[in-house]
Amino acid sequence: MKFRTRAIHVGNEPDPATGAVVTPIHLATTFIQPGAGVWGQFDYSRSGSPTRSAVERTLADLEGAAGALAFSSGMAATHCATMLLKSGDHVVAGCDIYGGTYRLLHKICNRSGIEVTLASADDADQIQAAMRPNTKMVWIESIGNPMMTIPDIPAIAEIAHAGGALLGVDSTFAPPAILRPLELGADIVMHSATKYLGGHSDCLSGVLAARDIELHKQLYFIQNATGGVLGALESFLLQRGIKTLELRMREQCQSALAIAHWLEQHPQVTRVLYPGLTSHTHHDRARKFMGSQFGAMISFEINGDFAKTKCVCQSTKLFGLAVSLGAVESLIEQPASMSHASYDSQAKAKFGITDSLIRISVGLEDAQDLIADLDQAIRTSV
Amino acid sequence: MENATIVDQNNTATQNNTATPSGMDSKPKKSDSRAGLSTTSVHAGEARRKPSDAVTDSICCSSTFTFESTQSIIDYIQQKQDREEYGRYGNPNEKVVERKLAAMESTDEAIVYSSGMAAIVGLLMAKLSAGDEIVIFDQCYHRSREFCSKHLSRFGIVTHQVKTGDFQAMDAAINSRTKLLISESPTNPHLSVIDLEQFVALGKSRQVETLIDATLATPYNVRPIEYGVDYVWHSATKYMGGHNDLLAGVICGSKEKLVDVRKLRGILGGINSPHNMYLLERGLKTFALRMERHNENGQRVAEFLESHPRIEKVYYPGLKSHPSHEVAKRTMKGFGGLITFLVRDADWKETGAIIDACTIPRIAPSLGGVESLIEQPFVMSYFDYSPEDRERFGISDNMIRLACGIEDSTDLIADLRQALEV
Repeated sequence: MKFRTRAIHVGNEPDPATGAVVTPIHLATTFIQPGAGVWGQFDYSRSGSPTRSAVERTLADLEGAAGALAFSSGMAATHCATMLLKSGDHVVAGCDIYGGTYRLLHKICNRSGIEVTLASADDADQIQAAMRPNTKMVWIESIGNPMMTIPDIPAIAEIAHAGGALLGVDSTFAPPAILRPLELGADIVMHSATKYLGGHSDCLSGVLAARDIELHKQLYFIQNATGGVLGALESFLLQRGIKTLELRMREQCQSALAIAHWLEQHPQVTRVLYPGLTSHTHHDRARKFMGSQFGAMISFEINGDFAKTKCVCQSTKLFGLAVSLGAVESLIEQPASMSHASYDSQAKAKFGITDSLIRISVGLEDAQDLIADLDQAIRTSV
Repeated sequence: MENATIVDQNNTATQNNTATPSGMDSKPKKSDSRAGLSTTSVHAGEARRKPSDAVTDSICCSSTFTFESTQSIIDYIQQKQDREEYGRYGNPNEKVVERKLAAMESTDEAIVYSSGMAAIVGLLMAKLSAGDEIVIFDQCYHRSREFCSKHLSRFGIVTHQVKTGDFQAMDAAINSRTKLLISESPTNPHLSVIDLEQFVALGKSRQVETLIDATLATPYNVRPIEYGVDYVWHSATKYMGGHNDLLAGVICGSKEKLVDVRKLRGILGGINSPHNMYLLERGLKTFALRMERHNENGQRVAEFLESHPRIEKVYYPGLKSHPSHEVAKRTMKGFGGLITFLVRDADWKETGAIIDACTIPRIAPSLGGVESLIEQPFVMSYFDYSPEDRERFGISDNMIRLACGIEDSTDLIADLRQALEV
């Protein structure tokens, strides 16, 4: 069956108790057991609950994984993955990873004696150069933020595996409707499901999906032991969101491409970073991995200083001024003052976070309406 | 952004382009509701700036709402300002959805109910009194007809049922006591599409108001209000909610005509809940995407069925063979996901066997959700009817109704193909 059909039906089998077409929201925290010392399918909801288990089956199927786990947030999912490591292990991570992951690796994992080296994920040679004998995990993002770089996942998987390390890919920017890292050689795919998977800005959640059943079991052991599980209401909302994932991605990617083309022609726009543009450094790679859908995140620079750029972000009427991404509502932000404000000026320069950079998350509104909105905001400000 | 209602920070609804309902008095035009509809369904009706600066609306479960002082109650009563009072009169989640639905339907008012039936009952109870008469086409939803003939009659209201699409018969049934003309379009399960121009022209010439049940059409495919219909009714449980997980109904129309309807709802209490309203609001955000796919799946699956040797007949307005095809093409953007078809030389059990052999559509009543549903009208809705009555309503033993969801159409076709081979 095709992706969209599976997104609707796998993990959403009719409820055996009532025939309900939609998975019921089971709020029960504990379950009656068949006998003392005899365990039923569910016992205590941290260890598993019917609603969460349903969405986990959907996610595993869509990622082509042996199993998937749903967490209370993307960070809870990433943290679970890092708990596979032990003192003395080394991690190679992309240098443009999400700030929260950076903080986790450098401020939390380090306390357990885990070392981290950052390397440019879009250059597999740099990942290779950072590998050490004790490297146990390589962690990258399938689309780099905010420069929209595309790493060569199969090449990095080969490097990681040759060195005896696992490859984990945070694919939040490229959900399974457009990219499936496990098919490209990754061992674990992670999502902040708060973004495209949930899709409606109303459900904080995270996902880990593993290619191998033994790895899945290890991750489940950690999840159960540490408890960062997704609640039943959020599991329901996440599963509901996933039913329209393919439609939303198709529409959002199409709008993003149209907007990127329009921005590229705009006299006040000096640079557009979108993997779907032939001008993008990694366009060929993006085409190879993602076909014709390149995500819905665009970064661009305007012909203006910090203040003018800030003004553009504050002048839109449809794009909401907020961080986060991936939902039906379009959002706009200035990385220099918002998502990447914590970077010092040296780091900003190194990673291309200029004062005139703007990042947009393209939602489900009509593309023409979004273009008109950006146009008026740029006109007003520049 | 056509016809969108954006609500400013003070929560005051301001209408864009809806002051003159788009040339309503001139020649009715085919609605291009796709343009900007996605923007409308994502944003319309919502406050741009919400409490706590949240991007999405919060679920406000409060059953009652506090006043600062005795004086503030008096101010509320005297100024009739728009605020909440007691949950039966409305709640914040419902108001957002009502504004969004009104914007999508190009009306200035929408009233939401706990189910589609609660909505139509709410409207009829508000508009009709003993001695009044109504005329209804005979392919309308059987529960609506049942309410009119069995229950309105107890209050001294007379219902005339006439053959669907027979405007002469409808005209003949109108007299000085007639208050309302009712039709569904498209109808269920025969998918007859009503010529809205003729329907409205008849109502206007005889000075009788008109009501269309547009549940199967949705504002994506047609906006009856643009043709001059007075009231548009939806079971929002179907395409509007779209996920088979909530019940809701809505009546759309002008504010003026719906004042008494809203007041009566406050008395009868068929209001919807904040939780449901949040799910409906969330469902509406992907409305345009879903409808595009329902339309595509409906057309493709109908074409497949029509070409299949085991199929005797397919009812789908997008097929040239359908009697309503010309009217549908003129008035509708697409034809939805519902398809009815007859299996050649099959009795009711053989027909049921095909349904049982399907693996993707679930056997269930209802339609319009992301999951495809399939049923045999004879078994599901008309099992207790006499064979004569079934024949009168055109419900044959070999009839199957398929509500296409938004799955991939090739999967649906492959599944039906194997089911027809069983």
